[in-house]
Amino acid sequence: MHSHRSRPLPVTLAVLVGAVLAAGCATEDEGAPPAASSSGVACEKSTLQTVTQGRLTIATDEPVYEPWFVDNKPDNQKGFEGATAYAIATKMGFTPAEVKWVRVPFNAAIQPGPKNFDFDINEFSITEERKQAVDFSAPYYDVTQAVIALESNDAARATNLAGLKGVKLGAQVGTTSLQAIEDTIQPNQDPAVYNSNDDAKQALINGQIDALVLDLPTAFFVTAAEIDGSKIVGQLPASGNAQEQFGLVLDKGSPLTACVSQAVEALRSDGTLANIEQEWLANVAGAPVLQ
Amino acid sequence: MSQPAVSAIERDRQAYRRAQARRSTAIAAISTVVFAGALFLAVTRSPGWPRVRQQFFNLEVAGDSLPRILEGLWLNIRVLVVAEVLILIVGLAVAVTRTLRGPIFVPLRALAAGYTDLFRGIPLIILLYLIGFGVPGLRLQGVPTSVVVLGTTAMVLTYSAYVAEVFRAGIDSVHPSQRAAARSLGLTYRQSMRLVVLPQAVRRVAPPLLNDFVALQKDVGLISVLGAVDAVRAAQIESAESFNFTPYVVAGLLFVALAIPTARAADWTAARLERRERAAGVL
Repeated sequence: MHSHRSRPLPVTLAVLVGAVLAAGCATEDEGAPPAASSSGVACEKSTLQTVTQGRLTIATDEPVYEPWFVDNKPDNQKGFEGATAYAIATKMGFTPAEVKWVRVPFNAAIQPGPKNFDFDINEFSITEERKQAVDFSAPYYDVTQAVIALESNDAARATNLAGLKGVKLGAQVGTTSLQAIEDTIQPNQDPAVYNSNDDAKQALINGQIDALVLDLPTAFFVTAAEIDGSKIVGQLPASGNAQEQFGLVLDKGSPLTACVSQAVEALRSDGTLANIEQEWLANVAGAPVLQ
Repeated sequence: MSQPAVSAIERDRQAYRRAQARRSTAIAAISTVVFAGALFLAVTRSPGWPRVRQQFFNLEVAGDSLPRILEGLWLNIRVLVVAEVLILIVGLAVAVTRTLRGPIFVPLRALAAGYTDLFRGIPLIILLYLIGFGVPGLRLQGVPTSVVVLGTTAMVLTYSAYVAEVFRAGIDSVHPSQRAAARSLGLTYRQSMRLVVLPQAVRRVAPPLLNDFVALQKDVGLISVLGAVDAVRAAQIESAESFNFTPYVVAGLLFVALAIPTARAADWTAARLERRERAAGVL
């Protein structure tokens, strides 16, 4: 799985400082919303310039994994991204039967060049670098933080934030995960801080820490594929300053970008995205939101 | 010592020397001020200075990050003290083992030589990973899992290999006639080593030992790769939270402040050693 790559804060910081020092001018608002303005655009289905007229061609990788898709079948409308893709299609006026799936490798999708899809949904983190090559829609998912633990550890049975207070926690230095420990969990003992998630995972396996905080997509991968006998204890409530978001990838300058963003924003404001997230990430995938 | 009578010519000479000394002092002072001033202006008038001052020398951020960095530094100091004591003991033991004479001690000598080869050769950070994550991975009863204990163990293994070589150089630098004289007085090997050779050897290698101590002061922070939060890691965390590099500068200054007393102690020890040896020569 190569789905996404988190950007630790120091990298962002170094890039920011480097750019500022080189340019010698103030650019404080690096975290501006990624999407182009999408309101007031006419998005009649009949006028949309899709790859195949009257149909919506959506791309994703081969294979795809839970909880983003189920059974590697994007057209079963299941999984967080499967359900989201169909919700967007419906919002744009396409019936499920008018949706056509193509499989495009992750790295190929974010290269510049002509695309054989209208949009690609594959846990693409929105970054400035990628925006040089492709268009991103408005974000459909804000990456949250999750706590994982070995099933043999008492920490695995915590059902709320209070249950994690007395736990020895670990996280990678300079990440939102470490901030979430300090701001949201506020444990009684200082967290262990590691250079990388790989070091932290080893400490978790060794029992040097009871639980590890990661972003949720990484937590799914670590618990499913990397550490036997580990589980997601739960997600931490959103802190409101998510540094990483997933967006749909479109061809650079695609005439559809504004309309797709408009559909995503509509789904966000009417609560559909939150419902899909609750259903597929919190309920089905077993990552309840800890309060 | 009584002051000898001074002739008029000698007094003139002394007056001239004092005048020359005052003149050099004045020139040195002016040159220093001009140099420092030029450096200050070059830095503060550079186009990026306001941004650099904001990013690296921000007093507000420094004040906010100081308590956490001091907390981390306290860990550094505790590990430093414990590690240094153990390093001196292990290092001296390895060095003495390497200098044992006689065919019966070949396996011990080989072991000691192998120890220094291995632990001087292996990069400290790799040893930290192997000990800090590997040993608790064994899940043996009674083996410590504390990263501070494991990290200190790795520091001791590496540094005592260096220190053993410093001690061995010191032991080898004591002239064989000293040993022969001790033995001819009827001292045993152990006695001649303890009473004659080691006191001279340790005194001679005190400056390089203090040098290693200063290096250790900074290297103990490497145990942060195992999860412990030392001063540098605390600065890194603060820096990530504030988007500002000032915490690194704060931690750096604290380490310099920590190193200065050791550096002065090294100078003082070296000077005292020189006085002793010169004094013997003059008499």
